[in-house]
Amino acid sequence: MPLKPNKTPMPVQDSKERIKNFNEVALGYSEADALKEAERCLNCKKPLCKQGCPVEVPIPEFIQAIKEKDYEKAIEILKSKNNLPAICGRVCPQENQCEKYCVMGKKHEPVAIGRLERWVADWDLNRKKEVKSIEATKGKVAVVGAGPAGLTAAADLAKMGYKVTVFEAFHKAGGVLVYGIPEFRLPKEIVKREVEYIKQLGVELKLNFIIGKTKTIDELFEDGYEAVFIATGAGLPRFMNIPGENLNGVYSANEFLTRVNLMKAYRFPEYKTPIRVGKRVAVIGGGNVAMDAARTALRLGAESYVIYRRSEKEMPARLEEIHHAKEEGVKFKFLANPVEIIGNEKGEVIAIKCIDMELGEPDESGRRRPIPKEGSEWVMEVDNVIIAIGNSPNPLVPRTTPDIETTKWGTIVVKNEDGETTKEGVFAGGDIVTGAATVIEAMGAGKRAARAIDQYLTNKKIM
Amino acid sequence: MYRIIRKKVLAPTMKLIEVEAPDIAAKVLPGNFVILRIDEKGERIPLTVADYDRKKGTITLIFQEVGYTTKHLGRLEEGDALLDLVGPLGEHMQIEGYKKVICVGGGSGTALLYPKTKAFYEAGAKVLTITGARTKELLILLDELDAVSDELYVTTDDGSYGHHGFVTDILKELLDKHDDVDLVVAIGPVPMMKACAELTREYGVKCIVSLNAIMVDGTGMCGGCRVIVGGETKFTCVDGPAFDGHLVDFDDLMRRLSYYKKHEEEVLSNECCSGGECKCH
Ligand SMILES: Cc1cc2nc3c(=O)[nH]c(=O)nc-3n(C[C@H](O)[C@H](O)[C@H](O)COP(=O)(O)OP(=O)(O)OC[C@H]3O[C@@H](n4cnc5c(N)ncnc54)[C@H](O)[C@@H]3O)c2cc1C
Ligand SMILES: Cc1cc2nc3c(=O)[nH]c(=O)nc-3n(C[C@H](O)[C@H](O)[C@H](O)COP(=O)(O)OP(=O)(O)OC[C@H]3O[C@@H](n4cnc5c(N)ncnc54)[C@H](O)[C@@H]3O)c2cc1C
Ligand code: SF4
Ligand code: SF4
Ligand code: FES
Ligand SMILES: [Mg+2]
Repeated sequence: MPLKPNKTPMPVQDSKERIKNFNEVALGYSEADALKEAERCLNCKKPLCKQGCPVEVPIPEFIQAIKEKDYEKAIEILKSKNNLPAICGRVCPQENQCEKYCVMGKKHEPVAIGRLERWVADWDLNRKKEVKSIEATKGKVAVVGAGPAGLTAAADLAKMGYKVTVFEAFHKAGGVLVYGIPEFRLPKEIVKREVEYIKQLGVELKLNFIIGKTKTIDELFEDGYEAVFIATGAGLPRFMNIPGENLNGVYSANEFLTRVNLMKAYRFPEYKTPIRVGKRVAVIGGGNVAMDAARTALRLGAESYVIYRRSEKEMPARLEEIHHAKEEGVKFKFLANPVEIIGNEKGEVIAIKCIDMELGEPDESGRRRPIPKEGSEWVMEVDNVIIAIGNSPNPLVPRTTPDIETTKWGTIVVKNEDGETTKEGVFAGGDIVTGAATVIEAMGAGKRAARAIDQYLTNKKIM
Repeated sequence: MYRIIRKKVLAPTMKLIEVEAPDIAAKVLPGNFVILRIDEKGERIPLTVADYDRKKGTITLIFQEVGYTTKHLGRLEEGDALLDLVGPLGEHMQIEGYKKVICVGGGSGTALLYPKTKAFYEAGAKVLTITGARTKELLILLDELDAVSDELYVTTDDGSYGHHGFVTDILKELLDKHDDVDLVVAIGPVPMMKACAELTREYGVKCIVSLNAIMVDGTGMCGGCRVIVGGETKFTCVDGPAFDGHLVDFDDLMRRLSYYKKHEEEVLSNECCSGGECKCH
């Protein structure tokens, strides 16, 4: 049978329909789709795909198990490296990771590794199974923050036999997975089930608990925790410091998405948190966060514009999200940067003033630096501006634990890959160390830290 | 779950609840607040910790029923529980180092003022307290305030009790009479705080106000609570809620507080007047 050059298409909700609801856009493969796609994998002796995955999922092995219809084995292989495959299959930027290196991609489209991963994980979530909680005999570990980094470390430590408590500031576990990434891209039911699984492993979740406020890191040690993993993420919204940013109708992407996703404002007034979206919305930025905000605004009935200061090629968002956004009717203004937000006498946004940009020499990030074109300002009428230009690390923990060293950007300094900080017994990983990055990298950091914590506590007991 | 172990009606729309929250009670200081959510569909709202009992592991909240969530909260009874409660949030207030302090509370602001008044008094400052409300029924905590103040002045807008007029009338009299006041703390409706800030500026007396910006998370992650202080953007939940009143842009705060008016009216009319389960009619 000749190899098919293209990925087996992903069934999706029709774009005209889906902009009226918050249901998942990508519907997932059927078993037949999955088997068909699995056939495209060459089961390479030297699988390059694996090198592209930050947690080194044994990709050919799990795909081989799909081919053999041994799904039980497939999920087992996946879970050996990735605690949250249903999530990664949906949100990993595969085109920059595993699929980027797939040999099939040299001539044709790469194998749809992410879609296969999602299919196996969903198959697993949909069957009934019992999880044995593991007897915790090895001591107490505290994890701060229930995002992907924290949840991964907690699960691994529990499996190793530690008594783990996760402290989370919000009333729900999941971090960005619950407050940032919208329902239509990652159903919250899936995050909830993954969290349930981690609880079944014996991990205790303490919600509404802010480390640095309710208790400090030092107090956790006084309470008998022998090691701490800090995974508090990069949750601090950046603003642009341009005139008009305090006007009513200007949201940070964090506020906008938190109101809609975590607080379910899209179901107002049944859910009591309000959100106010006018006829036309401008979203500033070009990453996943900007795409999520723009597509959310669209679903709340607005005409949605993305304003990005570089060109389409430099956009950091996942390809699939850009594609879906365009399909849904999000409009893009490339090479433009806001200089002022204009309001009326009531202090509400009525317009945004931007300046055109051109690309100059590459900067530190390797992307060409945008430079304003003098005298090219233009004004667009809008009712809301959503600022999605990035987030900074959360300062609460370092501020209340002075012996944890931070960089000038506010990220926590780690001595090595394991996430060891400058404070004994304290490890850190995920966005709080790297700055805003990806789900799978945060999970990778959680895995490495769990191993390092186990090593640290084992050594300590021997000495 | 955070159980309500005591409830008291202070005035027709002003209620007090004492809630089990040992972790918060252990750490809270005057000036801190909490954020709560009543149930799964509820919004997150901030309330100041009016009092606390570290031994019992409880905190006391005092709130005015102004809209959907505070009315819903007011219908809960002893034994009921809140789904979520997080804190202590915000910077606590600097209490030490003042000799003579005037504490001014307007409306429900008096509830927020009480823990600070008590702290100043216990720290040994001379405390002159002014509390005001629209009318007699809405005055709260008079006995409690009296117990922690050297002098207590009461005003009502309609003259039904105490001085007929505004709290600022008394504030002006006291500032004229005492030239050694080193701090005024003003907490209440935004126009009242603005008036106190303007008055104290004339006298060159420091004035601290507590801002009530609209909040979501209360940990600095959304920026929804931003206010302008001295020309700079600050997040009320982590940089405040107390700020130097002489530097606050009160008009900006007032505008931001009104952004969801239509939604607030909608959610209230939906619940209360269309045969909802509430008991407010
Ligand atoms: C809108 C949006 C869309 C994204 N889309 C993608 C995508 O498609 N693919 C992808 O790979 N990545 C995406 N990312 C990035 C990815 O979500 C993050 O890199 C990842 O979530 C980082 O994980 P983390 O565990 O380090 O932190 P977070 O997910 O940020 O979790 C940190 C947790 O710690 C809690 N916390 C913070 N401070 C404290 C404290 N003091 N005490 C207790 N708890 C605390 C927070 O409430 C939060 O729950 C997106 C990010 C956003 C915002
Ligand atoms: C730090 C802080 C401490 C506070 N402490 C107290 C207190 O001890 N006692 C008390 O009675 N009130 C206090 N408030 C005010 C209280 O939070 C609001 O009255 C309450 O949120 C109104 O909710 P609602 O649904 O009942 O009314 P709504 O009808 O929804 O709102 C009425 C008004 O309250 C404000 N408001 C609405 N939602 C929020 C929100 N999420 N956060 C803040 N303000 C909002 C808006 O100005 C709105 O117009 C405090 C506010 C802050 C910021
Ligand atoms: S975890 Fe992400 S990068 Fe790794 S194989 Fe799965 S989809 Fe690819
Ligand atoms: S590189 Fe591509 S074809 Fe080869 S094993 Fe990996 S997924 Fe299969
Ligand atoms: S309430 Fe979100 S930053 Fe203050
Ligand atoms: Mg409300």
